Amino acid sequence: MNETHEDEEHVPAPSAPEQAGPVESWRQRMLRGLLYGQNVDRARKARARIGLAIVGFAIIYAVIGVRLVSFAITSDNHAARRGVSQDAVATARPDIIDRNGEILATDVKAASLFAEPRRIIDVDEATEQLTATLPDLDANEVRERLSSKKGFAWLKREITATQQQAIHRLGIPGIGFLRENKRTYPNGPIVSHVIGLVNIDNQGIAGLERWLDKNGLADLHMAGFATDRQQKPVQLAVDLRVTHALRDELLAALHKYKAKAVAGTVTDVRTGEILAMVSLPDYDPNNPKEANDPTRINRLTTGVFEMGSTFKALTLAMALDSGKINLNSSFDARVPLRYGKFKIHDYHAQRRFLTVPEIFTYSSNIGTARMALSLGVEYHKWFLKKMGQLDRLRTELPESAEPIVPKRWGELNTVTIAFGHGLSVAPLQATMAVGALMNGGLLIPPTFLKRSEEEAKALGVRVIKPETSKEMRYLMRLNAEVGSARKANVAGYYVGGKTGTAEKVINGRYSKTRLLTTFMAVLPADKPKYIVSLLLDEPQGLPETYGFATSGWNAAPTAAKVIARIGPLLDLEPRLDLPPSGKWILANASGAF
Amino acid sequence: MSSREKRTPFGDWWYTVDRPTLAALAALMLAGIVLSLAASPPVATRIGLDPFHFVHRHILFLIPAIIVLLGVSALSPRNVRRLSVVVFAGGIVLLIATLHFAPEVKGSRRWITILGVGVQASEFVKPAFVVLIAWLFAESTRRPEMPANTIAITLLLMVVTLLVLQPDFGQTMLLALVWSALFFMAGMRIIWIFGIGAVALVGLVGAYFTVSHVAKRIQRFLDPASGDTFNIDVALESFYRGGWFGRGPGEGTIKRILPEGHTDFVFAVAGEEFGVILCLILLSLFAFIVLRALLHAMRDEDPFTRFATAGLAMLFGVQSAINMAVNLHLMPAKGMTLPFISYGGSSMISLAYGMGMLLALSRERPQAELLISGGTYTPALGRA
Repeated sequence: MNETHEDEEHVPAPSAPEQAGPVESWRQRMLRGLLYGQNVDRARKARARIGLAIVGFAIIYAVIGVRLVSFAITSDNHAARRGVSQDAVATARPDIIDRNGEILATDVKAASLFAEPRRIIDVDEATEQLTATLPDLDANEVRERLSSKKGFAWLKREITATQQQAIHRLGIPGIGFLRENKRTYPNGPIVSHVIGLVNIDNQGIAGLERWLDKNGLADLHMAGFATDRQQKPVQLAVDLRVTHALRDELLAALHKYKAKAVAGTVTDVRTGEILAMVSLPDYDPNNPKEANDPTRINRLTTGVFEMGSTFKALTLAMALDSGKINLNSSFDARVPLRYGKFKIHDYHAQRRFLTVPEIFTYSSNIGTARMALSLGVEYHKWFLKKMGQLDRLRTELPESAEPIVPKRWGELNTVTIAFGHGLSVAPLQATMAVGALMNGGLLIPPTFLKRSEEEAKALGVRVIKPETSKEMRYLMRLNAEVGSARKANVAGYYVGGKTGTAEKVINGRYSKTRLLTTFMAVLPADKPKYIVSLLLDEPQGLPETYGFATSGWNAAPTAAKVIARIGPLLDLEPRLDLPPSGKWILANASGAF
Repeated sequence: MSSREKRTPFGDWWYTVDRPTLAALAALMLAGIVLSLAASPPVATRIGLDPFHFVHRHILFLIPAIIVLLGVSALSPRNVRRLSVVVFAGGIVLLIATLHFAPEVKGSRRWITILGVGVQASEFVKPAFVVLIAWLFAESTRRPEMPANTIAITLLLMVVTLLVLQPDFGQTMLLALVWSALFFMAGMRIIWIFGIGAVALVGLVGAYFTVSHVAKRIQRFLDPASGDTFNIDVALESFYRGGWFGRGPGEGTIKRILPEGHTDFVFAVAGEEFGVILCLILLSLFAFIVLRALLHAMRDEDPFTRFATAGLAMLFGVQSAINMAVNLHLMPAKGMTLPFISYGGSSMISLAYGMGMLLALSRERPQAELLISGGTYTPALGRA
């Protein structure tokens, strides 16, 4: 292009435009004067103005730099700042399955209705049409939400396909649907206390659902990772069939004995796995309103109780394990034990010296108390601490309760705690301790997740000698042969057991009529695999129990029914021709760990 | 490397090109690949593509971009100008074609498909336009008899009209800004700044009242409560969470909900994963390239290369500054890519073309060659 002007007159310096050739017309000169001014050195001006641009850019970049640094400095203060994903839609959760792969909890897609208030044209019309289609919507609330200046507002979560279709047909602008994941529990209330439930945003609020959130799922949600991506199902130790059988029998017991509440667990003594846990009354996690009812709490983990005579198993194990007392030792149970103004009686009073097995089978309070006293308060405390009875037991379930331990633990406390009064523990905690007495002496923390025997052995803490465990198994079996647990003896499963009846404290005094009965059954007693632990809150005496309401009359027979049903499910082979415990367990070195 | 003993085309290029700027550009491209790995997989999975779809394409676009950058940087200033005329004319034709044939996406027509490749014509017009305007203003100082100013104003009006018809206010603003800055550098009287300022104001107010989304964005910036500020909230959250050192490569979580994480908001992703330190390094790379080019322009004696270098540097600088400022909520949201970092084929090639010209114009030239390029003086030297 520039070649076209080659014959033009030559100018010595480009910085002197006013000397330009005569070709410039007067109009152009005027325009130039107007634009650039007269007689100026434009090259110098350009240099200066580029300098200005340099300064300008330097300032802009500096401002950006300062802003960046200010973010880094305030970063720490905003660590907890959220607000981005508060309106996040309910995102996916992994399925929860039982130990056999049965689905306990899963996600189902459901549509949710939302509005973009700023795009609504006629709020009144929209409100009217929406409330006509969904009568349970509150008109005032809908109007308020639609009138807001927000970009997004939920109107109703999880509507049915028919409702969605009807609203779609209304054709209201600014109304839309989001596909959300709705959590469903196909088994209803059966495993309710174990898996817990979720809120409307699919966030776990109780049970293992809450545990899932605490163990990374919530972070995934926040990051938006957990959306429709396929997530690996979470497998529990729980066996749905065993749980169902247990719940079925407990429901029957609840009605039969007119109890306030019943609860039970089936645990694997070798691994600490909880195969079944039921606490009645329970709730249906598909109906979250029920879950808030305080009478429906999980009594096995969130309740603490005086366990009554089942605690005697711990006292006897302590005595035998100390080495100072053996199965042939005997204790004076002729007269009630006086302690200050208290008098300790026996329920099945024999009024003579009793040997250790007799103390167990007659459930002698006097004998157990003397046994504990002979070892001393500190030894007793130390042993119970070792057995995990004085500290809060934590499992995967977020709900747990602290045991109620006497603040000042004197000899009187040792006397009563020896037979299960004066120390309140969670039933699951007591089950864990009895499990250790049975399995050869390892205290294994209970779990709701699958665990192998090797893992359990690595986790377990040795609390008593294997020899003591063998003697305890003998005592448990003996009690089912000749003692208070006879009604729990299911033929073929070689059941061992210990009953417990505690008087409930009503208005600060022990009540004779309001009882809490417990039962611990071990099967089979010669080579323990499972513990069935039951609890009945305020069972009533019936004509067929001759008016008695103690454990042997309600908890033990219920345990028998449970064992008869779950034995086949747990692949336990019935063995009908085993000799009595004295000849079989004590003579055999067989056992668990 | 070639020896200096013999003159080879490569040697000529290597020893005259501005190597620090070249190194800075290479660093930016490298950072672009790394950040593409961080920022684009979430976007790709969100729209149902292979997670590395954008990464692959980003690297694929880098190859022609590097060829264009190096190829153009080897041109002489005169050929740079000639190429600009061709590219500008082609770009204008494409812009007109875009208006007629392009499908409407999100309310505007910007992309035209040529042989299966989506092309954003406005990207290619930008650098060519800047070079032509620089030449016109240079001519106006050198040859007052040529109606250079009139042509410059006509070209601006033409390009602005085509861009507003799309509509694409971001590019319009960018070009008008660079045009005005060049006019200012060319020696415009101070009084006209007020004139241009008034025109810009009228344009802005006009856009505010006639185009709803412009008004919304400005309102939102001034009063965040007035509307949905999701993008910018998320972007700011990224910087907060990143802190000084970032959360580590691949550890970013906010990026998964950040719309346009691979294009307009890639800077925020960099902030979250690699921290403010890396953001400051990127910032200083941009500042280095822009300020060095402007300093070069200041020292340059030839009006054309001076204005063209300054213009290209400002184009690059304004674009990078706007992107970073939007990410940091220093100005209203305005879609603009971060040069060489953001994903985008047209943008990448256009930037390579622009920076190639910048390198070509800022190459060290012997004084004699400078005189030749001045054109006017050819007779004195060429026709003895």
